[in-house]
Amino acid sequence: MPKPTIIIENVTKTFGDVVAVDDLSLEIDSGQFITLLGPSGCGKTTLLRCISGLEEPDNGEIVIADKIVFSRKKGISLPPGQRDLGLVFQNYALWPHMTVYKNITFALEIQKMSKEDMDQRVKESLAQVQMDGYEERYPREMSGGQQQRIALARMLAYRPSVFLLDEPLSNLDARLRIDMRTELKRLHHDSKATTVYVTHDQLEAMTMSTKIAVMKLGVVQQFDTPNQVYHYPSKLFVADFIGNPKINLLEGRVSGKDLVQVGKFHVPVNTKDASGEVVLGIRPEDIEISLEPVEHGEEFIAYSVLPSGADTTIIARQGEFELSVKEIGVSSIEMDQKIWLCFRKDTINLYDKQTENLINAG
Amino acid sequence: MSTYSLAEAQDSLWLARLRRFFRWLTTPYVFLSLIMVVVMFYLVIIPLWSMFVTTITVSELDLRVIPEASLGDMTSYHWRRMLIGQIAKIMTYEPLVNSLVISLGATFLALIMGGGMAWLVVRTDIPGKEIIHMLATVPYIMPSWTISLAWKVIFKSTSVSGGVPGLLQFFTGIAPPIWLSNGALPIIIACGLHYYTFYFLFVSAALLSIDSSLEEAGDLAGASRGRILRKITFPLVLPAIASGFIMTFSKTMGTFGGPNVLGVPVGYYTLSTMLRSNMGIGNYGDGFVTAIVLILFSMTTVMINQKLIGTRRSYETIGGRGFMAQKMKLRGWRPVFIVLIVIVQFSIAILPLAVLIYSTFMLRSGNYSLSNFTLHHWIGQSDLSINQGDPGILLNKAIYRAAWNSIRLSLWASFIGGVIGVILGYAIVKGRGTRLSKIVEQLAFIPYLIPGIAFGAVYISMFTKSFFGLPPLYGTFALLVVVSVAKHIPHSSRTGVSSMMQVGSELEEAAAISGANAWQRFKRIIFPLTSPGFVSAFLLNFITTMRELSLIILLVTPATAVLSSMTMRYIENGNEQQANAVIIVLIVLVLIGNAIISRFRGGSLKKGLESSK
Ligand SMILES: Nc1ncnc2c1ncn2[C@@H]1O[C@H](COP(=O)(O)OP(=O)(O)OP(=O)(O)O)[C@@H](O)[C@H]1O
Ligand SMILES: [Mg+2]
Repeated sequence: MPKPTIIIENVTKTFGDVVAVDDLSLEIDSGQFITLLGPSGCGKTTLLRCISGLEEPDNGEIVIADKIVFSRKKGISLPPGQRDLGLVFQNYALWPHMTVYKNITFALEIQKMSKEDMDQRVKESLAQVQMDGYEERYPREMSGGQQQRIALARMLAYRPSVFLLDEPLSNLDARLRIDMRTELKRLHHDSKATTVYVTHDQLEAMTMSTKIAVMKLGVVQQFDTPNQVYHYPSKLFVADFIGNPKINLLEGRVSGKDLVQVGKFHVPVNTKDASGEVVLGIRPEDIEISLEPVEHGEEFIAYSVLPSGADTTIIARQGEFELSVKEIGVSSIEMDQKIWLCFRKDTINLYDKQTENLINAG
Repeated sequence: MSTYSLAEAQDSLWLARLRRFFRWLTTPYVFLSLIMVVVMFYLVIIPLWSMFVTTITVSELDLRVIPEASLGDMTSYHWRRMLIGQIAKIMTYEPLVNSLVISLGATFLALIMGGGMAWLVVRTDIPGKEIIHMLATVPYIMPSWTISLAWKVIFKSTSVSGGVPGLLQFFTGIAPPIWLSNGALPIIIACGLHYYTFYFLFVSAALLSIDSSLEEAGDLAGASRGRILRKITFPLVLPAIASGFIMTFSKTMGTFGGPNVLGVPVGYYTLSTMLRSNMGIGNYGDGFVTAIVLILFSMTTVMINQKLIGTRRSYETIGGRGFMAQKMKLRGWRPVFIVLIVIVQFSIAILPLAVLIYSTFMLRSGNYSLSNFTLHHWIGQSDLSINQGDPGILLNKAIYRAAWNSIRLSLWASFIGGVIGVILGYAIVKGRGTRLSKIVEQLAFIPYLIPGIAFGAVYISMFTKSFFGLPPLYGTFALLVVVSVAKHIPHSSRTGVSSMMQVGSELEEAAAISGANAWQRFKRIIFPLTSPGFVSAFLLNFITTMRELSLIILLVTPATAVLSSMTMRYIENGNEQQANAVIIVLIVLVLIGNAIISRFRGGSLKKGLESSK
């Protein structure tokens, strides 16, 4: 069965004075795994709840699998149960007075499934999350990670064609989170359900999604593949939000063809036909370090050296000027050592200072 | 063409609006809220209004005194008569002053005792805290006029015309003066001793919840002990004190038992006893004016109190979080406080019951010697010279009927009250922040502001005739159930709200996503998870209804009499021992009921309780 596409058109949702989702449009293709990523309070959960039908938007239209599930203009709003979707809540929301078995079969009972079929489904879905044999446990008798898996199994059991996941991993410890990431990606791969995943962990978003929607104040800033979002952030906010260590943002002005003056020195940038005040976005790993003076190299001091095993972040300073630089592996650089930095012209993104939009795309 | 599409657009706009409205209406919390608004209108608002209308309408009884009027005319006769007429002083103003004196006195006494004892138990090294705590809740199972009855047994006096000696006079030979045997002082003491429980519970919970580090911070900042008490501790327990105040004040304003036992025999009337006597002679017009005065006064006091404290819902009990505070050493004062507490608790929890039981074994009132000992009041055959020929209460059919009525009434009222509580809790919590939810919450609060006996009066006015499709309920058992449910709605809804608050909204949402409709969500998710709240509301309502008197005294008929109203009837007939025996039976039944229900709560529902944590 083809998995549904989800079309969100001009959806707005306000709570009193707060505009949680602001005239937002998004088109999610069939079978995609898309992530809503953004800082706390940017409206991710609200958007998810609007899709699920737990929240009724003030305006706009939502279409799932060619069926209008919400339309302000037409006065339509299908109840959540009729939208053929599953939702995993951040705090799992397992029913505390029911066993795992009862939790999972709740939806199936409502569909009036036979006892044998239900048993079969419970077995299958528990196997999918590797929790075989936990049927008779109560939620309080399991660890957070196990409850998490049961919450997933509860959703998988009735086989919705859309998965909605609201920060499902945020309550787990780091180790478990990595395991679950793998499993979730696998589950999506196997089921091909159209998935909307909410997180504010960018690494999670990068590793799992086919597309990421970066949100801020109820508005989607960029909706693109992880690769595009990382290498060509379309807005200053996105550039700043994605990446660890943070991207270097340098203010300057276009001083000639393919040249931007930043403070005292000139950086070679693909300027297209930009002019005036601009901001440069340079990823730390796109800066080359050398220990001796080189052509086009600027002299800096290694202010601080922060190794993290796989790579090392060096905070370089030149006067009041500061840059983060990332080097693969263990660095031999020591603090207060002189270093020379080179920029690679084709990796630098250029933003209009006024509009904060990318101007040298493509 | 353009006109056509315009019309179509208009059409679909209306259709969309209609759909949206219908969806709003069928949202469970909206739907339930609206039902509750209607119910509250039926149960509270309309009765109040109809009571007011009665006071300004000429009745058959009035035709004799207002000759030129005809039935159903509007008249200010009752208001003039009760507020500015010749009899206004005895009918309204004296009882009003008496009511205020008693309420303030009892509240003050309860505050001192309850607050003081709470402080001793929570904050000092006084021994025997468990026992003190247990004994402090004893008044909760006793009808509020138990202590009044016991007072009567001990202090009644031949100083009162036609009086017989009480225990004190019998053994010492000194006749207590009237101010000690009847009137304001005894009523204040009897009510204060009964209602101190609220203060004790509220204040000790509040004291327990105060993080002692707050006080320690004050200590470190170099503040003196007194300053810490004043600036830190006191403001923190103030809401609890306010809750206790509202509760005690409004309860004593509307209390009937105590003033009837200790006031009426010497002509000391409060608004509640005056209301009863007017209603008793069928003068509803006058009676309702008294009821309205009573309601207005207790409402204003409660509201002023809440304005001053600034917390609208300060009647909410504060949950104890249980911090171990530094215990204050009483040192040399310890024995003094121990003796004080022993005396107080003995005279509240033990002495009254002992005295009442003792009195039931006395054949003739006023003689307490062994030669007068008898079991007649319990198991005697009918004897025309005693108790107007009633047999002992254990052989008396009327008692069994009343006991059955009490139990039946309490079960019905608690069950319906519990269900309404859950529904109100759901409607209020789900709708949090909407205007509808606020309206429901406020409506549910109103019965709290209306003193018990006046609340009963309200119902007479409404249900004597057929009313908005309801049959005339006056004189029926159903009316007692209705009034008991209505009066306890504030408590039921609070319990409902707090147990709903513990059920995270995602639990219901998860069910909605799974395709469960509203009823399935209620049945499978909401009800099971709120059942502990339901049971405690049930228990609370059961006990309160069993020992309720003020609320139903105006509404019972011989056929629907309950145990509590029987005690009053016997007292009014002068059969004191019989009344005392009935109250003992009543207390025993409450204890049994309490035990059964708590067992039920501890047994099969234990699992539900634990898992809903
Ligand atoms: N029921 C509500 N009532 C009032 N305001 C709300 C409600 N739900 C959300 N908001 C507000 O809407 C905004 C968006 O909230 P939302 O929960 O969607 O954020 P989020 O992106 O999921 O944040 P987080 O990462 O912290 O979960 C916030 O400002 C929040 O305070
Ligand atoms: Mg969220």
